[in-house]
Amino acid sequence: MHFTGRDIVSIKDLTREEILHILSVAEDMVPAARGSETSTLMTGKIMASLFFEPSTRTRLSFAAAMERLDGRVIGFARPGGTSLQKGETLADTIRTVESYCDLIVMRHPQEGSARMAAEFAEVPVINGGDGAGHHPTQCLLDLFTIQKERGDIGGNRVALIGDLKYGRTVHSLAYALALFKADLTFIAPEQLQMPREVVEECEEHGASISFETELNGAIEDVDVMYVTRIQKERFPDPEEYKKVAGIYTIDTDLLERAQSDAIVMHPLPRVYEISPDVDETPAAAYFRQAFNGVPVRMALISLVAGVVE
Amino acid sequence: MKELKVQPIKNGTVIDHITPGCALKVLKILRIPGDTGGGSIISVVMNVEGGQGKKDIVKIENRELKAHEVDKIALIAPNATINIIRDYEVRDKHRVSVPDDIVGIVECANPSCISNASNEPIQPRFTVKSRDPLRIKCFYCEREIEDISDGII
Repeated sequence: MHFTGRDIVSIKDLTREEILHILSVAEDMVPAARGSETSTLMTGKIMASLFFEPSTRTRLSFAAAMERLDGRVIGFARPGGTSLQKGETLADTIRTVESYCDLIVMRHPQEGSARMAAEFAEVPVINGGDGAGHHPTQCLLDLFTIQKERGDIGGNRVALIGDLKYGRTVHSLAYALALFKADLTFIAPEQLQMPREVVEECEEHGASISFETELNGAIEDVDVMYVTRIQKERFPDPEEYKKVAGIYTIDTDLLERAQSDAIVMHPLPRVYEISPDVDETPAAAYFRQAFNGVPVRMALISLVAGVVE
Repeated sequence: MKELKVQPIKNGTVIDHITPGCALKVLKILRIPGDTGGGSIISVVMNVEGGQGKKDIVKIENRELKAHEVDKIALIAPNATINIIRDYEVRDKHRVSVPDDIVGIVECANPSCISNASNEPIQPRFTVKSRDPLRIKCFYCEREIEDISDGII
């Protein structure tokens, strides 16, 4: 297995074994991610963090990951004031920035932008989200969370809930879960159901898939409820949005009907999808999931920089 | 006497069995005429009755097209055959096949794809997802293109 110098653009660039290796390195990073141990793996190294689109969790957890490894971070959190606003191409920005750093982390609104950046950069590029395209580090931290909370990935019945059409995290996650042969249930309003090509890919990997339009009756047997935000702007009629948003809310009443050891995950930010009373239950895995972004990103940074095998 | 719709050519290339209606797109993909067409005489016949139904035919005189030049047309005319003619005889004949990497021929239908950003120094690029039926996906955004012939640049 060879990670040194590699780009991490899409979860599809990784095999099942490679994913498991990243998760195992991430597990080793947990004490340093919490600050209870110190790491000097990235001392003297610089990570460029190029966020052409705003982000809270991804940007800060990448920065925290690099800092926890004793590395340094340069970059920007929004395109305002950068050379892109003067009309510079992304390709030129990448070619310039790579001469200042040892690796690049980027988020960009256009799909395929990270793949293009990886073509131009000699240093490794890690995709922090490319529009409606890929978000591989979110996918890896989701898998890490499922593995930590449930003991393994493949043996679970996972329900993906909410906006499955436009939500980029659920496409990558569905693919990855299929790779691990998890049982999948896609719960979404018809107009926001999982796109055909994602379903086809999951089926190609032999995943067992069922489709539901309502939470009631669909979550009783599941081990993992992965909830995503349904965005208001997807609905031309605000009344229709209100109706749907109400139906797809996880609360303690609903949890009572679920298995006692089932967990609830969410890529965050959440709005109405998970009622705050769920936060205090053991099922609420979403804040632990948010923390897991740090050790997973520490693992990826160390692996592509070649400081960890 | 049966009227010959297309005269045989002495030397050159005949592209036969083109999907009916696609001959002009084939020429567009091959960028003929143009720099590569030189002074060749080009004949185009559309919707001619053939053994397996209607087809289009393109004849390019005094120019032998190389397989790698012509394979690109398999994107829209997967059954096309290339006949190299010398002295009125077919000297070489082969069917086109889609190249693994399709660069600069089809544009991505996804307006948010980086390959559609006007100023980036890249060409649209596709990889083959399946050959039968032909399905291709964008190298950058990984979206599959629904109507390939519509995306021809």
